[in-house]
Amino acid sequence: MGSPVKITVSGANFFYGSNQALHDVSMEIRPQFVTALIGPSGCGKSTFLRSLNRMNDLIPGARLEGKVELDGENVYSDSMDVIHLRRRVGMIFQKSNPFPMSSYDNVAYGVRVNGLTKKRIELDEVVEKTLRAAALWDEVKDRLHRSAMSLSGGQQQRLCIARALAVEPEVLLMDEPASALDPISTAKIEELIYDLKRTYTIIIVTHNMQQAARVSDETGFFLSGRLVEFNETKKLFTAPRNRETEDYITGRFG
Amino acid sequence: MPDREHTSKHYEQQLRILKEKLLLMSHQAEQMISDSIRALVDRRPTLAEDVIKRDDDLDKLEIEIDNLCYQILALEQPVARDLRFIATALKIVKDIERIGDIGVNIAERGIELIQEPELKRLVDLPIMAEAAQRILKESLDAFVNSDAELAEKVIDNDRLVDGLYEQIFRELLTYMLEDTRSISRAIKLIFIAKHLERVGDHSANIAEMVVFLVRGQDIRHGTRLDRG
Repeated sequence: MGSPVKITVSGANFFYGSNQALHDVSMEIRPQFVTALIGPSGCGKSTFLRSLNRMNDLIPGARLEGKVELDGENVYSDSMDVIHLRRRVGMIFQKSNPFPMSSYDNVAYGVRVNGLTKKRIELDEVVEKTLRAAALWDEVKDRLHRSAMSLSGGQQQRLCIARALAVEPEVLLMDEPASALDPISTAKIEELIYDLKRTYTIIIVTHNMQQAARVSDETGFFLSGRLVEFNETKKLFTAPRNRETEDYITGRFG
Repeated sequence: MPDREHTSKHYEQQLRILKEKLLLMSHQAEQMISDSIRALVDRRPTLAEDVIKRDDDLDKLEIEIDNLCYQILALEQPVARDLRFIATALKIVKDIERIGDIGVNIAERGIELIQEPELKRLVDLPIMAEAAQRILKESLDAFVNSDAELAEKVIDNDRLVDGLYEQIFRELLTYMLEDTRSISRAIKLIFIAKHLERVGDHSANIAEMVVFLVRGQDIRHGTRLDRG
């Protein structure tokens, strides 16, 4: 159909030493889409997510066969600058991990480290713009210079999203971003994801299938390291093509 | 392929109760149609009156089934086949309820007809009643057994029932043209034939929902409507 593709994964096999975690996975991730990855624990969905910005490189003995392309560029080529890659492909984790510094400095950190701006006034602008984008500005604008550790769990998570946004990424990887949050904070994160997809390409791993159904446009179901089904979310949750998908999402586990 | 059971036993049980209530209701509706026709053919007004009384039970079951569906939707958040099952239940419960109403309508016309001398010996009407009841039964069997092929057969066979209606209509029209005193009775018989034709339509509706339930494919209204 010639629809645009942001990330192309083709024939990916992933190994932790001799243990194969992904088997021949191919997927096309579309820009300005939210793509959800679901499946039982150990199915490979997080491994897949981390392979997109080479977070797995940090694990000894981990290696990937096959191809991951970002805008047609091979992510695993020797010429790929991994630091630059991770700036383009940001990541948000399950447990919010703000740095032990003020909210302001958390957001400004990546901008400073990457030398993106030097002037204080510019930095102020970036911090405000980013906190607004993360739907956190109104809650923290009066205490920007207080420790981020004093924020609630939901606020900390949105601060981490703001921190990721500050370096102007193109893709956001989210690994269970709301699993440790209460329903209200979860709803705020989901609303935020919905807003962010206008600008970013988002890939989210979640155990919460209702969440996947609510926030995503397309969903991939993983089982035992295989991508069993990749389908439009509304189709996958009403009439999945595959029996294994059906059994999993309806709660009929083997 | 039989369904595997849910990990949640409670959820599994809720779905089973829903299915049992639908089976009970459809059995009762089927019985109302066959008894209403039998009351007419055998000229038994008490049986017709009994059919009319039974409609309350059917209405009660309809409300119970609706409530159970809402409860499952709210508490279990069904997806995929389970979601299609609940959607199917909510739709066919209405068809089954209407079939019960049709049983009542036939019984009412029957009571009126029994009070007058027979217009003619009823030959085609029992044949049509049998055909309508057969596809009703088959549509419900298709639902119970998740049998999409049988459901497709029901949709085809609905045309036979429509054909029988046309035939009966033409025949009764000739009676009315020959003898104006027959008009009142002939019209009542035409109503009954029309009611049976509607039973066929409701059965076809149920069958279409069964295809949706099994295959996740909407086949309603043929190819007349474009859908994305």
